[in-house]
Amino acid sequence: MELLGLIHYWVFAVLLMIGFYAVTAKSNLIKKLIGLSIFQAAVFLLYITMGKVEGGTAPILQAGVENAILSNPLPQVLILTAIVVGISTTALGLGIVVRIKEEYGSIEERDIQEIDRR
Amino acid sequence: MTVLFGVFLLVMLVITAVAIVHTRHLFVAVILTGIFSLLMAANFFLLDAADVALTEAAIGAGISTVLFLAALTLCDEHERAYASNRLLALSVVTVTTLIVIYATFDKPRFGDPMAPVHQHVAPWYFETTRDAIDVPNVVTAVLASFRGYDTLGEVFVVLTAGIGVLFLFGVRPTRKSELRKTSAPEPGQGLRHYLIPRVVGRLLIPFILLFGLYVQFHGDYGPGGGFQAGAIIAAAIILNALLEGESQALQVMPQKLLTGLMAGGALLYGGVGVATLFMGGNFLDYSVLAADPVSGQHWGILLIEAGVGITVTGVLISVYHAFASREKH
Amino acid sequence: MALLLDIASWALLSIGGIFVFIGGIGALRMPNLYTRMHAASLTDTMGAILIIVGVILQAGASLAAIKLAAILLFLLLTSPTASNALASAAMLAGVRPAAIDEDQEERGE
Repeated sequence: MELLGLIHYWVFAVLLMIGFYAVTAKSNLIKKLIGLSIFQAAVFLLYITMGKVEGGTAPILQAGVENAILSNPLPQVLILTAIVVGISTTALGLGIVVRIKEEYGSIEERDIQEIDRR
Repeated sequence: MTVLFGVFLLVMLVITAVAIVHTRHLFVAVILTGIFSLLMAANFFLLDAADVALTEAAIGAGISTVLFLAALTLCDEHERAYASNRLLALSVVTVTTLIVIYATFDKPRFGDPMAPVHQHVAPWYFETTRDAIDVPNVVTAVLASFRGYDTLGEVFVVLTAGIGVLFLFGVRPTRKSELRKTSAPEPGQGLRHYLIPRVVGRLLIPFILLFGLYVQFHGDYGPGGGFQAGAIIAAAIILNALLEGESQALQVMPQKLLTGLMAGGALLYGGVGVATLFMGGNFLDYSVLAADPVSGQHWGILLIEAGVGITVTGVLISVYHAFASREKH
Repeated sequence: MALLLDIASWALLSIGGIFVFIGGIGALRMPNLYTRMHAASLTDTMGAILIIVGVILQAGASLAAIKLAAILLFLLLTSPTASNALASAAMLAGVRPAAIDEDQEERGE
């Protein structure tokens, strides 16, 4: 069980850095946005992993069953909010990318910087 | 057994993420992002987060893929390869990964009931939900009642994103002469291409809407709630827009109605808060909404979840229409 | 009786898994888009049917079984439709199915 937990955290670290690499090292704007969403998903994984209780189930109270082991609802609430906020920023970012494409003619970062320099 | 399953899902996640970053064909990257979200939803379900899994599947694997594809039709599909100095980026990324992995050894044991995160507020939430709110799904109780102010902020974030996209684009109805109705085949093609998806889509859309309503109102008793329901209902309307064409879809749900939905949901949520102020309680203190505090909480949760669902539906459909009615330059 | 149900559901789940695996191999090894679609969609639907029926046998007669039957009905409607839509889109985009050459036919191959 402990190894499974450690593997979850290591996968969190790897996914975090894969998303970060896509945001910083890639030149295409849509690739950057996709990398941002991978980064966010890695953070969600970290929080939900922290909320898991061994032998627990989803935090839904059953009528008449006292002292059931339930997983922590608080990280789940935070991540629910975070997922919706993530899609909102992605939608707005995609709108900006399309407008950049219409104005500059390209969504590659280097082309845009070159056009700006002229 | 679940250990094996969990490890398998996590390895698939990493492989999919590497493939997303590596591929230069953006359409492939978007579809792989949908697969990534679905794998993440399955992993969330394994970690007992049923509500979060439903939200990730509906929003991440469903709506996000559609929005990316809609934006991709307006941009280039291929990423250009540059001979860049990737060594620096790769080394920084590798060193940071190793540092984070080193830091994870200090975390509490996975699943430990005595970990600090389970000690302070979480037991209080469990007891107080049973006494004061009497709603089986503790996540909904915390989201809607205990942390209702955060959720109000979240609804306003969604509204702001919708307003931002509408400002950036300005939805214009496409002119009839330019629109190729998806039902008419091109001359010389011979096949009635879109007949089967249209028939099956028309059959399924009422059931998807019904399921969305079920998820909206069942959020008190099981996984569900306003955000998931908003995404599912928006998916049904977007499916209709894809099958029937943009002008038809904008006649069914005109932009004025969608803007009204966007603002109306947030107004409903804020209105509930102001109403509780006038009825003598604090802002968003639902106990004063009815004679009995518990049923007041039920009323409050019902109303604000409806507000959330309405705003999310309006925003997602508006954003889709903003992308889809844009002519490509 | 319970043992019989267990063995039946175990067999159905395994065969369903084998079907999906074969579909995956087909999607990789087939030469053309249409042959890949053929391999992936047929085995995908069949595998989904077998797996869900296997899980229904595990669930017994309960609300979960009815929900699983509803999911199966939904999958039976949408999965072939999605494959049809994909193949139509490919046809519209200009991807041509592989065809035998004319001279090969004349030579009697």
